[in-house]
Amino acid sequence: MTDIRISDAFKNGKAFIPFVTCGDPDLETTGKIVRAMAENGADLIELGIPFSDPTAEGPVIQGANIRALSGGVTTDLIFDLVRDLRKDVAVPMVFMTYANVVYSYGAERFIATCRDIGVQGLILPDIPYEEKEEFLDLCHEYGVELVSLVAPTSANRIAMIAKEAEGFLYIVSSLGVTGTRTEISTDLDAIVKVVRENTDIPCAIGFGISTPEQAAKMGAIADGAIVGSAIVKLVAEYGRDAAGPVGDYVKSMKEALRNS
Amino acid sequence: MTNPEGRFGVHGGQYVPETLMNALLELEEAYNYYKNDPEFNRELQKLFDEYANRPSNLYYAEKMTKDLGGAKVYLKREDLNHTGAHKVNNVLGQALLAKKMGKTRLIAETGAGQHGVATATAAALMDMECVVFMGEEDTKRQALNVYRMKLLGAEVVPVTTGTATLKDAVSEAMREWTKRIDDTHYCLGSVMGPHPFPTIVRDFQAVISQEAREQILQKEGKLPDAVIACVGGGSNAIGSFYHFIPDDGVRLIGCEAAGRGVDTKETAATLATGRLGIFHGMKSYFCQDEYGQIAPVYSISAGLDYPGVGPEHANLYDTGRAEYVPVTDEEAVEAFEYLSRIEGIIPAIESAHAIAHAMKLAPSMDKDQVIIVTVSGRGDKDVAAIARYRGEDLHD
Repeated sequence: MTDIRISDAFKNGKAFIPFVTCGDPDLETTGKIVRAMAENGADLIELGIPFSDPTAEGPVIQGANIRALSGGVTTDLIFDLVRDLRKDVAVPMVFMTYANVVYSYGAERFIATCRDIGVQGLILPDIPYEEKEEFLDLCHEYGVELVSLVAPTSANRIAMIAKEAEGFLYIVSSLGVTGTRTEISTDLDAIVKVVRENTDIPCAIGFGISTPEQAAKMGAIADGAIVGSAIVKLVAEYGRDAAGPVGDYVKSMKEALRNS
Repeated sequence: MTNPEGRFGVHGGQYVPETLMNALLELEEAYNYYKNDPEFNRELQKLFDEYANRPSNLYYAEKMTKDLGGAKVYLKREDLNHTGAHKVNNVLGQALLAKKMGKTRLIAETGAGQHGVATATAAALMDMECVVFMGEEDTKRQALNVYRMKLLGAEVVPVTTGTATLKDAVSEAMREWTKRIDDTHYCLGSVMGPHPFPTIVRDFQAVISQEAREQILQKEGKLPDAVIACVGGGSNAIGSFYHFIPDDGVRLIGCEAAGRGVDTKETAATLATGRLGIFHGMKSYFCQDEYGQIAPVYSISAGLDYPGVGPEHANLYDTGRAEYVPVTDEEAVEAFEYLSRIEGIIPAIESAHAIAHAMKLAPSMDKDQVIIVTVSGRGDKDVAAIARYRGEDLHD
């Protein structure tokens, strides 16, 4: 399964991109959740490697990080999980974690392992454009795509970021940290317009999305929708039995996007 | 791409979410303008002189010197500043800068509460809103400072995540800043975090060594042999070192909080036990496990209870220009009591870490040699905690 690419995720209509924190509540459950996501139409799966101090996360994903780490999950155990998943899951996958998790493991060892186990990209919320050279050369060397983010405050920076973006562009819908929101007030159309003028790669919107209605709206604006906290909430609620409810949820979200 | 201005050797940088990048760039631009603006500097100097009680005294600790029997010990009395610590130097600078930038709200993290108190003070003075994030554990250790902040009109938000100490307060303040940027300045309290904070905070704290250098030349007719200061994030230490860095003959010694010892897990001595990493916006040394998870550090001192160190210190450590030594809780408490008795000066428990090292170093030096120790803050806030440490329970 070495020929999987992030761009595959955008070939089935508008993409649904679910996130899960690995190891919450344990890795066996994460494996079941990822398989349920893949079976129910997830186009790209974001695997969160927990970090002790996730500064871009709201309380929901912070809680998942704490549960996972106190359960003893480590980067190596997560790599083992992905090796196992890749036996039967062909959906593109990316890791979402913090710079120190990659840096501390040894950036080259980490990124080379991503390639070896079949992880196509990296999302590092604390690596902005100015610091991406920290990991970019290694990502190029090993064919792992470093996903760039634009935010509601990016303004004059959007064009610069979009021009060099790889894989897909992650558009942060709202100010603040991750978490579900009842309303997204950012002028996303305007951001997507600048993105489209500067790159051909797909863009997906994340932060604050939880309902099929919101997903459909995002699908009308961009190429996909990313959902984290709403799924992590289901995991927190259902624990080891979360795969079923998460699968149903993914199905409803993909359905909404398909119609957008 | 990397902004070379924001690097100290390999350390520093701007490892923050994209949401904050324009705010940092705007801050850098404003700072580069105002640092050379005569009017800004006049206003800041006036605040330093008339409000903060600068210059702070360089006091010859004669009794301590005689008792230790070695080098002459001078104390740089930052504890005599308004609000009782060096923190006010940085806060007045940043609050004035924020005001010039049109910001109306200050947010800050605090450990011991000194930076929170200083920020609340500046906000009161400059008619700004103020919200201070403080680890819940620290709100208990430093209840008096929590009340002081409230008295000054600030809102204090107890942070319950992680170890509920300084690092968690920084994380929460960063999260709050990403929520509300337009009207809000994050008044970071130490020489840490993303560029331009380590540079801005250092420049405002450099007044300590600027004064101390002039004062010691006047009093002794020569430069000191050593300058000693405590290091958490490292703002009073970098302020104490900065103008002595070009003076090769001056030893610069930073005292880290070893907690219960560097061979235990209950320590906050970053340079003794940490390794290179990326956290809180900067590349520097951090206490962390083999997978890069930040360690739950410990020190009796809430102000030094931080798992990282500012990037300029990390570079001074790499180049060998400064030395960093660990000082345990027990040594710091003994120094706290010693300075109180011998000089009638109750130092902050943070500053007591520097005093403790001076007590070790001075006796090994000649009588014509000179040490400057920065007393970064006063110790009133710590009295109850030290009593508890000694097994005495004070009734509040």
